[in-house]
Amino acid sequence: MTGRDAILAKVRQSLGAGDDPARRQAVAERLKAAPQGVIPARGQLPRAERVALFRSMAEKLLASVERVAGYDEVPGRVAAYLRERNLPASVRMGADARLEAMPWAEQKTLELRRGASDGDDAVGVSHAGGGIAETGTLLLTSGPDNPTSINFLTDHHIVVVNAADIEGDLESALAKVRDRYGKGAMPRTVNLISGPSRSGDIEQKLILGAHGPRALHILVVDDQADG
Amino acid sequence: MQITSPAFKRNAHAALGDAELQKALGNVRSGFIDKRLKAVEALPEFDRLRDSARAIKNHALDNLDLYLEAYEEKVRDAGGHVHWAETAADARRIVLDICRAAGAKTVTKGKSMITEEIALNGFLEENGIRPVETDLGEYIIQLRGEHPSHIIAPAVHLTKDQVEADFRRVHGHLPADRDLSEHEALLYEARRVLRPAYFDADVGITGANFLVAETGTSIIVTNEGNGDLTQILPKVHVVVASIEKIVPTLEDAAQILRVLARSATGQEMSVYTTLSTGPRRPGDPDGPEQYHVVLIDNGRSAMLGTEFQDMLRCIRCGACMNHCPVYHAVGGHAYGWVYPGPMGAVLTPSLIGVDKGGHLPNASTFCGRCESVCPMKIPLPKMMRHWREREFERGLNPAVQRSGLKLWAFFARRPRLYGAVTGLVAPLLSAFGRRKGRFTKLPLAGGWTEFRDLPAPQGRTFMQQVARDRRAR
Ligand code: SF4
Repeated sequence: MTGRDAILAKVRQSLGAGDDPARRQAVAERLKAAPQGVIPARGQLPRAERVALFRSMAEKLLASVERVAGYDEVPGRVAAYLRERNLPASVRMGADARLEAMPWAEQKTLELRRGASDGDDAVGVSHAGGGIAETGTLLLTSGPDNPTSINFLTDHHIVVVNAADIEGDLESALAKVRDRYGKGAMPRTVNLISGPSRSGDIEQKLILGAHGPRALHILVVDDQADG
Repeated sequence: MQITSPAFKRNAHAALGDAELQKALGNVRSGFIDKRLKAVEALPEFDRLRDSARAIKNHALDNLDLYLEAYEEKVRDAGGHVHWAETAADARRIVLDICRAAGAKTVTKGKSMITEEIALNGFLEENGIRPVETDLGEYIIQLRGEHPSHIIAPAVHLTKDQVEADFRRVHGHLPADRDLSEHEALLYEARRVLRPAYFDADVGITGANFLVAETGTSIIVTNEGNGDLTQILPKVHVVVASIEKIVPTLEDAAQILRVLARSATGQEMSVYTTLSTGPRRPGDPDGPEQYHVVLIDNGRSAMLGTEFQDMLRCIRCGACMNHCPVYHAVGGHAYGWVYPGPMGAVLTPSLIGVDKGGHLPNASTFCGRCESVCPMKIPLPKMMRHWREREFERGLNPAVQRSGLKLWAFFARRPRLYGAVTGLVAPLLSAFGRRKGRFTKLPLAGGWTEFRDLPAPQGRTFMQQVARDRRAR
C-alpha cells in the first residue's frame, strides 16, 4: 500500500466513513459554491469611504500612502519619492501594461530596470491587483507584469493601486482573483501585503525591514475612467 | 530532538532558577496579551468569526479524506507534486530525496513547526545538506543549537544580550568593534548575513498555515518576508504540512485568517499572507521550477474520531501559551518537546505517546484562560482531563496520579512561581472583568483559596479536588 492509500484508509477508518454519497456530495457542493462566512461590517462602505479606510488602515501598518489624480502622475511621484530619501534614481519594474503606459520618459534621469529583481534593487515599483480596505492590505499576483521578487528583494517597495480595485473585504478581493484566473485556478503566487516587513523576534521589539522591504509606499490612483 | 517531557518537573525547576530566562519571559507576559485584546476589541465580529472558523475546521476534519483527494488533484493540475508521509521518518526521507534530486547542498527554511516535529534539520545535516533557518528567531536558535520555545516566537526565551553574544561568536568575519547594542543592529546584521543564503539555496522549504482544496494552494503567513524569499528564489519549493491544514475554499481560509493574526500577535493581518499554487508558469520571470507538497500524517489520523479530534482544529496561533500562567513561569523548553503550553500539553501525548508526554496535561492550573482565548474554541482543559482519564483506564493511574499530584503540588508550593502565576492572572482577569463588569477589584489577594474560587470556566477539576482534600487533612 502506498503512503497515500494508507493515510486515506486510516482517515476513513478513524472517521468511520464508508463510501457515503451524501458526504461526497456535501464536499463537492462546498467546493463549488464556496459559501461566504462572516464578513466584517467595517469595510462595507461606499467607494470614497472605502478608499479612505484603506488608506488609514495601511498607514496604521506603517505604510505611507499618497492619493494620485491619474496614472500620468505616477512617474513624477516615484521620482520625488526617490529624491526626498536620497535614493539612487533607479527603479525595478515589471511589464504591467498600466505601468508601461505611464510617461516615464518625462523623468529623464530615472533608470528603469526591467524584469525580476536580482537582489540589488533599492526601489521596486509594482501594480497591485487590488486592495482590501478592512485591513489596508494590497493584493499582488505573480507573473511577468509584476514579478514576485520585486515585492521582497527591494528596500523600498512602491505599489500603485487603482482606487476602483479597492474592495471592502478579503473575500471580495479573492473572488476577483477567481474571476480573473477561472474557478479553481490561481496564479503561481498571490501576495497579500499588509505594511512593510517587520520582526519582533528579539525581545518582542518591533523593527521594520526584517528580510523584505523596510518601506512600503502606496500610490492610490483615482483613475477617472474607472469613476 | 531529545524528548525531555517526562522530566517536566526538573525542567520547570531549572527554568524558575534561570534569571536570564525569567527576564526574557517577562516579554511574553507584557507583549502578547494586550495586543491581542486590542485587536479583538476592534473587531465586533470576532466571536462570530471564531464560530465560523470552528465550523469550517470541523467540517473539513469530518471530510478530511475527501478534501485531501480534492486538494491533491488541484495541486497536480497546477503542475505540482504531492507526496504522502505516514510517519516522520517517511517525511524526512521524502524531503531528502527531493533535495538529492535537486543536487542540493544548501536549503533555506521558512519557519515551520512541522519540520521541528519531524526533526528535519538534523537529518539533512547528517546527509550532507546544510539547512539554513531564515526566520530571525529560528536563525538565532539554530546558531545556539536550540529548539523553539514558542510556536510563533521561537527565541522568546532569549534576551537581546544573549543574541548579541551569539552573533559576535558566529559572525566572526565582521568587525569585532561593531556596535550591536540596539535591537535594530542585530536585525540588520542577520538580514545582511542571510541575504546571500536565499540565492545560494537549491531548495526552499516552508510550512503551510493552510492548504486550500478548491485550488491546490498552500498559504503561509509571516511578518519578515523570509518565507517568501525562501520559496521564490531556489529552483525547488517544498511545502511540508500536516494533513489537518486542509480547508475547503479560499473563503474558508479568509475566515480563519481573520482570527489567526489577531490571536497570535494582535495584528489585523500578518504582513505577508502568501498563496502559492504550483511551480512558476510559462513566462514567469521568477518563482520555483518545481513545487512539492509533503503531506504528513504522523499521528493525526489516529486522533480523528476520538475525543482529541478537536485538537486538530489548532491553527498554531500561540494564544493559549501566551495566556498560560504555567508557560509564563517556566517557558517553552520545560515542556520537553516541540509543542509547549496548553496546546502542547494536549498534543504531545497524542503524537509521541503517553509514556513520554503523559506528564504534561498536569502542567496546568486549570484557570481556563487557554480555552477562552483559543480562536478555534478548542476545549484544552477538558482534553487535558481526558488524558488523565485515559491514564486511569489504562491502569497507570496510581503512579501517574501521584506524579500529577506532585507536579501540581510543585506549582502550588513554589512562592515564586505562584507569584508569577497570580501576577499574570490578576491583570488578565481584571481585563476580562472590566469588559464584563464582574470584578470590581483585583482578586488573588491571598493564597490558593482565592485563586481557586475564581470563576473557572471548566468547573472544579479533579486535581483541584484532590489538592483541597489534601490540604484539609
Ligand atoms: S490551541 Fe488554540 S490558542 Fe493554542 S495554538 Fe492552537 S489555535 Fe492557538
